[in-house]
Amino acid sequence: MNTERIYFDHAATTAIRPEVLSVMLPILENIYGNPSSFYDEGAEAHQHIQAAREQIAELLGVSPDEIFFTSGGTESDNWAIKGTVIAKRKQGKHLITTKIEHHAVLHSMQALEKIGYEVSYLDVDGYGLVDPKEIEAAIRPDTILVSVMMANNEIGTIEPIEDIAAICKEKRVLFHSDGVQALGAIPVKPHELDVDLMSFSGHKFYAPKGIGIMYIRKGARIANLIDGGAQEKRLRAGTENTAFAVAIAKALELALMDLPEEAQRQTALRDRLIGELMAKIPYIKLNGHYEKRLPNNINLSFEFIEGESILLLLNQLGYMCSSGSACTSGSLDPSHVLMAIGLPHEIAHGSLRITLGRENTAADIDRMIADLPGVIEKLRLISPLYADFKHGKIKNIIPEQGENLLKGESRYEVQR
Amino acid sequence: MKYSDKVMDHFLNPRNVGEIPDSTVSGTVGNPVCGDIMRIDLKIENEVIVDAKFMTFGCGAAVATSSMATEMIIGRTVQEALELTNRAVANALDGLPPIKMHCSALAEQAVKKALLQYYQEHGLLNDDNLKLFSILEEDVHDHEADEELINLPGIENQ
Repeated sequence: MNTERIYFDHAATTAIRPEVLSVMLPILENIYGNPSSFYDEGAEAHQHIQAAREQIAELLGVSPDEIFFTSGGTESDNWAIKGTVIAKRKQGKHLITTKIEHHAVLHSMQALEKIGYEVSYLDVDGYGLVDPKEIEAAIRPDTILVSVMMANNEIGTIEPIEDIAAICKEKRVLFHSDGVQALGAIPVKPHELDVDLMSFSGHKFYAPKGIGIMYIRKGARIANLIDGGAQEKRLRAGTENTAFAVAIAKALELALMDLPEEAQRQTALRDRLIGELMAKIPYIKLNGHYEKRLPNNINLSFEFIEGESILLLLNQLGYMCSSGSACTSGSLDPSHVLMAIGLPHEIAHGSLRITLGRENTAADIDRMIADLPGVIEKLRLISPLYADFKHGKIKNIIPEQGENLLKGESRYEVQR
Repeated sequence: MKYSDKVMDHFLNPRNVGEIPDSTVSGTVGNPVCGDIMRIDLKIENEVIVDAKFMTFGCGAAVATSSMATEMIIGRTVQEALELTNRAVANALDGLPPIKMHCSALAEQAVKKALLQYYQEHGLLNDDNLKLFSILEEDVHDHEADEELINLPGIENQ
């Protein structure tokens, strides 16, 4: 048995690239000055941060004044939402988002609801797509922010951000987009998209954990989330992390350099994996959109079985993957994203997410294609639902040939 | 979250999987909405459980606890099997992560649901043993361990 472990969880995090580590370590070793200090050692650290900022700005096609370093995607999302609310508290108390956002957005919104703000959580269709027309219809005179992610972390669906941005601009509402999963995977140009605020996280594109980016369009004004010293043009306090700022700039440079080739390569691997698994495994569903999909995302549901047990067996065989089952989500409900695309609970519990990265090869895909059908079969053979199905006591929800299941409620009638 | 070696052993090599076509009684608990269902079939002769088989839809802990529960009751009298507790099943597996304790409760429920059918059909229910079936009244998913649930790994936090 091949025991080499395969990392298939790049949407969760990525390993630091060696090239990134090699620009970062000398700074950790030698550049200890506080970038705000007067003497040469401080100025040197400051220069590294400015150079990193300029490089990131150039890569994103924006001005260095529009780039701010944060601790990560979660802080950037919190800042965009809570900073807007503080700055625009006299203009209104209504925000708009979707049901499939990351918890950094959803839980920020819920926190605001507790202190008197009103939030509209818009539905998505069966593929996870937001309808810009619904955004337009939801905007009210007292709406202060719209927040829609560029690409979903679970099902990989890519949202119509340009269309939503155009609507927000016309209605003069600030627009934030969580770009954490998009950056490095698909082209992201905040000026072309015409968004006001955008969040990014370094560790999704081979930079270390603990560094993120916030894009704030020139002219867009939001309040601080973190107050203190005068760092980051007085908008984000805290002594800068020089080494990580340099690291995220290098990681972004490499990710965007590789992007055209990697996106094509990973899309081909993704589509082969999806195609082969759907051909080999009955009662299987692809979650998310067929085309408007991140190149690295595969999210499948397998009827009659539960996700955590899939992960356990895969871990045993050397694969690192994720699931949206309740048992791995830390709650009794399966993933809110899978529920929002209309999956019945029993199908959402049986989901598996495989997210590819730069180090995955065609051989990794072949190995998965060879191993996964056996894992699914093993679990089905101990499942009472599968036994009931085989005995004709319940009907399948997903067709045997694995067609896409669209929105709509269907449930098992379980024999008691 | 990490499972004990015993949990992994019972998950990877579950004992007594399957159905007993001519079972004396059978108990199914849980539901697909919550993501776990357990079914235990019992073959009972002269008040002794001569065979037990299970099928489980659920996580690793759910499979392991049902596997262990069947091992613990085969060869026992129905009275002995009725003394089985979820704590005993969990202990036999060298413990379960706190969030997974309800899986062992589900295993106890499945056994007791099957036994209840036997007790009812054989007129064995009385005021003394009735309380041993009280776990069947509980909703094992209705636990309030929310604080413990927060920092678990999962796709939703990524």
